[in-house]
Amino acid sequence: MNVRTLASAGTLESSDAYVEVLPSDGGVTVEVESIVKRQFGAAIEASVREVAAALDVASCEIRIHDRGALDCVIRARVETAIRRAGGDE
Amino acid sequence: MRRSMLFLPGNNPNMLINAACLGADAVIFDLEDAVAPAEKDAARILVRNALRSMDFEGTETVVRINSVDTPYWQEDLRQVLPERPNVILLPKASTPSDVLLVDAFLSDMERELGVEEGTFLLMPLIETALGVENAYLIASSAPRICALFLGAEDLTADLCCTRTKEGREIEYARARLVVAARAAGKDVYDTPFTDVSDDEGIVTDANLARALGFTGKASISPRHVDAINAAFSPTEREIRYALEVLEAINRAKSEGKGAVSLHGKMIDAPIVARAERTLAAAESLGLIGRKV
Repeated sequence: MNVRTLASAGTLESSDAYVEVLPSDGGVTVEVESIVKRQFGAAIEASVREVAAALDVASCEIRIHDRGALDCVIRARVETAIRRAGGDE
Repeated sequence: MRRSMLFLPGNNPNMLINAACLGADAVIFDLEDAVAPAEKDAARILVRNALRSMDFEGTETVVRINSVDTPYWQEDLRQVLPERPNVILLPKASTPSDVLLVDAFLSDMERELGVEEGTFLLMPLIETALGVENAYLIASSAPRICALFLGAEDLTADLCCTRTKEGREIEYARARLVVAARAAGKDVYDTPFTDVSDDEGIVTDANLARALGFTGKASISPRHVDAINAAFSPTEREIRYALEVLEAINRAKSEGKGAVSLHGKMIDAPIVARAERTLAAAESLGLIGRKV
């Protein structure tokens, strides 16, 4: 899937994550902002990259604003944002 | 046993992740009214992921999809069915053809996913005047239909009347749905009581629903779950009486008597059937040990 446009999903409410996906060149970059980044930052980034790979995204920038979301929530928000950014092709 | 069914907005992670801790026998992940059109995609992916990865600890999972007159219902089903929710709740079911359309889609998905025909249970939500009039035809239109569900908010709008706490405006619909569902051999669930802060009103409303013959009742607030569970659980007195009935019947059988009375009243087949239902419910709730 090609990320063609800026798109977002989720909210900044407790237990959720607000995810922004932007077009970029040179692979997938992931930026995580979370109060539990020290403990879970690497795990969050790994989940984000897994979702992007499953959707065949070769290149984009993904920004995660985590508000204590569970892994399944972060994955859902990333998938939604990527699909929106790709026009759900 | 499904006494209480709690609606949870499908796009609200904070509610979804607590689904198993709210005391309801079933939770309804709502993809319909609780989700804005622009968020339908997000909600169905979130609900799918929650079904896939969370342990609901025995709480039954129901998904309310969008109605068949929207462009959303098929994609709702494609996303959630692989994760095996226990029941699909179909809103605005007004005619048997509404139900058969979804029934056929569910059969296709069962074949595609390699699961047995009839695995996906369907619960039509009756919330239009036409739906009430067609209730029996809807309830008996497909074997996978497990129950009817009354939705009074949309129904009263369709009836051009005001929804009240007392609910006189839905007396006919309640009675009609109970009769239609029971005639078709199905369960039947009552509409939510929508005044979240009225702790006495929910008790009265839930007791009325049970007295009318409903199997259980829906709720839009976790605050109402305990009252609903209590109303639809057998009381200690009912359990004691049911045990006495079965004991009297067994004694009469062993003594070769055809008729039996208890506390001066004749015990006949419907009373025995009710006693057996009471004890089965008590047993499944762990209120008694082995059924007598």
